[in-house]
Amino acid sequence: MSHLLEVRDLEVKFALRSGDITAIDGASFTLDPGERMGLVGESGAGKSVTGFAIINLISKPGFISRGSIHFEGNEISAYSPARMRRIRGNRISMIFQDPMMTLNPVYTIGFQMIETLQAHRNISKAQARAIALDKLQKVYIPSPEKRLSQYPHELSGGMRQRIIIAISLLADPAIIIADEPTTALDVTIQAEIMDLLQELCENEKMGLILITHDLGVVSQVTEKIAVMYAGKIIEYGPTETVVHHPVHPYTIGLIGSIPGTIEPGKDLKQIPGMMPTLTNIPPGCAFNPRCELAAEICTQKTPVLEEKQNGIMAACHMK
Amino acid sequence: MTTHQTHLLTVENVDKHFDISGGFLDQLAFKGGVHLEKTTVKAVNNVSLFVNKGETLSVVGESGCGKSTLARVILGLYRPNAGKVFYDGQRIDHLSHEQWLPYRRKMQMIFQDPYASLNPRKTVRQTLEEPLRFHNPKMTAQEAVDKVAYVMEQVGVDPGWIGRYPHEFSGGQRQRISIARGLILDPDFIVADEPVSALDVSIQAQILNLLMDLREKHDLTYLFITHDLSVVRHISSRVAVLYLGTVCELASANDLFESPRHPYTRALLSAIPKVGEKKAKHIKLKGEVPTPVNLPSGCVFHGRCVYARDRCRKEFPPLNELPNGSFVSCHGVEEGWDLN
Ligand SMILES: Nc1ncnc2c1ncn2[C@@H]1O[C@H](COP(=O)(O)OP(=O)(O)O)[C@@H](O)[C@H]1O
Ligand SMILES: Nc1ncnc2c1ncn2[C@@H]1O[C@H](COP(=O)(O)OP(=O)(O)O)[C@@H](O)[C@H]1O
Ligand code: SF4
Ligand code: SF4
Ligand SMILES: [Mg+2]
Ligand SMILES: [Mg+2]
Repeated sequence: MSHLLEVRDLEVKFALRSGDITAIDGASFTLDPGERMGLVGESGAGKSVTGFAIINLISKPGFISRGSIHFEGNEISAYSPARMRRIRGNRISMIFQDPMMTLNPVYTIGFQMIETLQAHRNISKAQARAIALDKLQKVYIPSPEKRLSQYPHELSGGMRQRIIIAISLLADPAIIIADEPTTALDVTIQAEIMDLLQELCENEKMGLILITHDLGVVSQVTEKIAVMYAGKIIEYGPTETVVHHPVHPYTIGLIGSIPGTIEPGKDLKQIPGMMPTLTNIPPGCAFNPRCELAAEICTQKTPVLEEKQNGIMAACHMK
Repeated sequence: MTTHQTHLLTVENVDKHFDISGGFLDQLAFKGGVHLEKTTVKAVNNVSLFVNKGETLSVVGESGCGKSTLARVILGLYRPNAGKVFYDGQRIDHLSHEQWLPYRRKMQMIFQDPYASLNPRKTVRQTLEEPLRFHNPKMTAQEAVDKVAYVMEQVGVDPGWIGRYPHEFSGGQRQRISIARGLILDPDFIVADEPVSALDVSIQAQILNLLMDLREKHDLTYLFITHDLSVVRHISSRVAVLYLGTVCELASANDLFESPRHPYTRALLSAIPKVGEKKAKHIKLKGEVPTPVNLPSGCVFHGRCVYARDRCRKEFPPLNELPNGSFVSCHGVEEGWDLN
């Protein structure tokens, strides 16, 4: 059976003066309608670049150097920019941490929503307005009529992020890619936004790729997880299983680092050192200098992502 | 709560308000006649709390609730508009600059952003040696060097890197250096304002372990400010929950997390996403957080509280002590309303 989205062996490079560096190294995953996937890892792991690669929005000097991205039956990685624009914001929407990356401060919410709609569809202003109102209601914006005539700065951070979600819904996309959508928000507001995203996926059969560094959020909202480290997916499997029985030593360390996973006051499990930068990735397994299980083979051969146990795939020689 | 002799730090009914009216013209308003209008941010309102020697008191709350302002009042960086601050039994909030000096070494601060708080043009040596020599004029050069090396080791930074500049370190290393700066004068009391919030989780764990370690080794007392409730649970002995510059609840970490009493505390705790737990129903709040410019009357939480009654809109609920030693500021808790 074919998937809604199938990313296979994706490689993204950045052409620097000193030579090409590999930011994403052979990422593969799938997403089905209504499915919610978490893309997790620490900063610099390659989460955002993966998200941008799907919608072919990698800015120079970055480029997709290998792999395929299959979406709704088509190979979209090779689409022309014009053709890709028809997919972006239409079939696949992206939400960012900072709502102001999407919102223009000098226009009203209504103007921006109606303009977005009319750019993609041949409809009247009145029709566009009706759709905008409908989407604002879907994201539980109080007094939506009033919001249409407000400017972004007149709204709170949580309200702005709701507006962004409403905008991302305008064209009834098949997939939403949300890159740290609640990182800048308070926990009570984060909880509401996450409820909303989950409900939309369930009701509208929308796929969600939730990019975040927060394993707590991921474990509440998603059904499966891909854990990234230094540009590679090193563990991939059902959320429940990965969170309770992680396989890869990095995932184990990451979960142990989170306060709340162990008894208060006890030392947190810590992973020594830090993630390498792209120009300093050690040979073999990129995690080897920090790994307590590292053996000789780990410095010589790069482990591949393969099926381990309980339906988890992991890239590790020793598991 | 006035037995400040036994507490290392006591904060009593502190207000800190900022006047942001701007110039004369900005203040001119026309509302049935021309008059001057002041705009005041009521960042901290009637806050009382205490910190026992050797403990970690965490101050939690969402962004803008006044945590950093409170920290600055405690450290004498802002003068409160009302109320008192006592350190080791001595009132300190009204001291002159000179009178503050001895407290400057006993009380230290660690900030969230080590990028902003370390001077980019100073080497680690300069950053650590300058306060040391300023506060210890009789110290010899060798003593200073030894002390710097000792503290660097304590925080896990190779003393061989003493000549390096902040940009040559990673975020986690930089935070270790600001911790070293906090420790160099052998303080008793450290205010840490979101010290791990900017760090990735594996680095955050390293720094939290370090802070807990140092507390034990050096007999430190912490006032720990954060918005991250999992961190709070992990490191605190007691917790103060702040909402719109007001203490809602002050309780032992265990009581607070096991049986929170204030409606806001309960909503806040229910919203924490926990690793490995399916989403529980979190308590939804009404409306939006008001700004500290238009502070609500009575209980500052009443606009968002589903239990609010008439009294809540009219009367500020005092911070009352409960039989278990917790303090809660809520009419409903005081009068035993059904808050479930
Ligand atoms: N324009 C660029 N030029 C060079 N390197 C880049 C660029 N954008 C991102 N990178 C690198 O790609 C890696 C992955 O970045 P990113 O996907 O943003 O990480 P994450 O979202 O996981 O924090 C990082 O090491 C980053 O430095
Ligand atoms: N120097 C200042 N002048 C005016 N307003 C301020 C100042 N410092 C803080 N505030 C305001 O006071 C409130 C509390 O801020 P802060 O103490 O920084 O909150 P927190 O640290 O909990 O996020 C906010 O509304 C903030 O905008
Ligand atoms: S491959 Fe080796 S170094 Fe890498 S995670 Fe597995 S055991 Fe550790
Ligand atoms: S005093 Fe009233 S409004 Fe305030 S928290 Fe208690 S019940 Fe709610
Ligand atoms: Mg990112
Ligand atoms: Mg602050």
